[in-house]
Amino acid sequence: MPLTINDEQQMLRDSAQAFLGERAPVLHLRKLRDSADPIGFDRQLWRAFGEMGFAGVLIPEQHGGVGLGIVEAGIIAEQLGHTLTPSPFLSSAVLSASALARAGSTAQQAQWLPKIASGEAVLALALDETSNHRPRTLATTATATRDGYQLDGEKCFVVDGHVADALLVCASTQSSDGMQRGTSLFLIDAHAPGVTRERTTMLDAHNASRITLRGVQVTGEALVGEPDTADALLSTVLDIGRLMLCMELIGIADEVFARTLAYLKERKQFDRTIGEFQALQHRMAALYCDIELARAITARALDAMGADPVAARATVSAAKVRCCASANLAVCEAVQMHGGMGMTDAFDIGLYMKRARVAQHWLGDANFHADRFAQLNAY
Amino acid sequence: MSELETFRAETRAWLEQNCPPEMRKPVTGDADICWGGRRFQFQSPAQQQWMQRMAERGWTVPTWPKEYGGAGLSKAQEQVLRKTMRELGCRSPLDSFGIWMLGPALLRYGSQEQKLEHLPKIARGEIRWCQGYSEPNAGSDLASLQTRAELHGDHFVVNGQKIWTSYADKADWIFCLVRTDFGAKKHTGISFLLFDMQSPGVSTKPIMLISGRSPFCETFFDDVKVPARNLVGELNAGWTIAKYLLTHEREMISGIGDRSAVPPLGRFAAAKVGTDAAGCLADSMLRADVARFEIDELAFRSLLERTGELARKGQGDPAFSSALKYYGAELNKRRYELMMSAAGSDALEWEGERSSDGALARAWLRTKANSIEGGTSEVQLNIVAKRLLGLPGA
Repeated sequence: MPLTINDEQQMLRDSAQAFLGERAPVLHLRKLRDSADPIGFDRQLWRAFGEMGFAGVLIPEQHGGVGLGIVEAGIIAEQLGHTLTPSPFLSSAVLSASALARAGSTAQQAQWLPKIASGEAVLALALDETSNHRPRTLATTATATRDGYQLDGEKCFVVDGHVADALLVCASTQSSDGMQRGTSLFLIDAHAPGVTRERTTMLDAHNASRITLRGVQVTGEALVGEPDTADALLSTVLDIGRLMLCMELIGIADEVFARTLAYLKERKQFDRTIGEFQALQHRMAALYCDIELARAITARALDAMGADPVAARATVSAAKVRCCASANLAVCEAVQMHGGMGMTDAFDIGLYMKRARVAQHWLGDANFHADRFAQLNAY
Repeated sequence: MSELETFRAETRAWLEQNCPPEMRKPVTGDADICWGGRRFQFQSPAQQQWMQRMAERGWTVPTWPKEYGGAGLSKAQEQVLRKTMRELGCRSPLDSFGIWMLGPALLRYGSQEQKLEHLPKIARGEIRWCQGYSEPNAGSDLASLQTRAELHGDHFVVNGQKIWTSYADKADWIFCLVRTDFGAKKHTGISFLLFDMQSPGVSTKPIMLISGRSPFCETFFDDVKVPARNLVGELNAGWTIAKYLLTHEREMISGIGDRSAVPPLGRFAAAKVGTDAAGCLADSMLRADVARFEIDELAFRSLLERTGELARKGQGDPAFSSALKYYGAELNKRRYELMMSAAGSDALEWEGERSSDGALARAWLRTKANSIEGGTSEVQLNIVAKRLLGLPGA
């Protein structure tokens, strides 16, 4: 099974790297942050992303995408980690597109997939309700009505939800008498009556929102997939998203590692380059091994996911645990080894630390996934 | 059916036919390992039969050329063979330092005469080898070794002492690093010699370890005569061979971390401490540690595979074996720490049938050497820092 990338995938990586390096280096993020941009990403850049085929990487060709696999999507996510480019790649092009491509109705697919692929529309996933990721316990309800459902609840950490055109809402479905029936997924208009959104700016200068649903009326056509049984679909879609976060964390780890290594070879104290000190050499060597482990387990999880999403679950969780740990170690060591410079806002390392924190938390942190891994292994 | 698929089918059929049922049970301890050699006592007729059948087919050293006792398999075929053996639960037919370390070095640096003399005997399990590397004053700084060999016409005379020689008291021959030029810089005056442990002047003394076992010896050489034709490679050019062989040793030791044969730690811990109503390990702190360990172990196994893939594509770096050795050793130590925690007071028993004479406790103590032997973890990190990261002066 392939744990290394092939020539075509290398070409995709080169083109994503060139595109982002030229159009959206770290300076791009700084500009958006410093101008307190209300959108938080550059719509023009996002359309260009669509033209490059990046936004449609997971969308089938008949719906305007390029129909590549998750390895290819991961390669793009990895490059986003290098440049910290804010974009709705994960929320719209990965999570929302995967859910619709896998389970959306013909009408939903025709309406939204081409627009996601072109970058014209942005969709967001409204899942979390508490400060921790608990996809299995939803308080948001979808109560059966005569011609559909009524949605009530509160969602938080809906990344890109503040500008989304439509929302994928996860809710616990109930009969009109209050009997729990299971989890369902709905695609709703973000401007529908009863939907209120509060933009939240995060520490990484990306944007999310808190969303309140009060008596939101939808018809059965809003369902994505079958009612009451969305758990399996949701697991797969979230796992795809988790793997993208793994790749982004690897991109972050590689980037700060390279910058720190260069700094150790250039910074002089006590009349020598600090990279000569064994105390630092051993930490860098151990960090290097750590990042290689994260890369290998993620490659395995991507491969397993392509073969069988259900069988891949434990491996995906293992990858998320490993990538969280490696990237966190990388950014912490990077700040420490850059000394006072690492603590300044003018220096980029802190931006990587902030983004790594968000990516670690999103779709389940290391503790969530270590627990899930243990459960899936029956202990 | 592709050629490889045909090979897979034939391999499975042959193994099913020829691997004795006793040799398809999990290895339970050192006694189950077949080391071969002149004095080796086979544990059972099945063990001997299994080794001989595999050797006849060249499958004790599947990728070595046929003329040296191998089967000339490609890397892909070898993978199929190993995978099929794992699936059928076949034990390794023969383990030895000859296979893991000396063989690859001889294939690369030995003369045709040396290859023909030594390799087939390794492949057939007839000669058991030991490694004469470390000395009392040459551990991590191996190149400062002092055992001397002086050339007298057609033979060398060897004097000196080695230490940590694994199984020297059971080995038939030794591959040994000796100093042949005392004026040269320390890396350039070393040669690589092969000689019979029964030569006059060779003596060994087992070293009792904290595990209560003696897998290592002190080895003494007192005017040992070694035929000059037993020099491998050029005179004073032994360090290159020594380093090449160490790379193989590291790969072997790093393989310790890859225990696909032993039961998963989670299952071991669940059997020891029990599970709660939700099926979770009853000790929640241990559960978290076990999960993190198993995740790292899975990552390490993936890394071994990925490294192999990169090597086949010609994108590998030999120094990467130091990264694998470092992590594999640390991982194996972690495994045994957690096994000791999970097993509690059961694991404290040192003697008696119930604990198989303290098998777990002794194995736990043995793992402490993993990060010392074959180059300490600190030396591996030095190599990673210098060779892979290009940091100065390491």
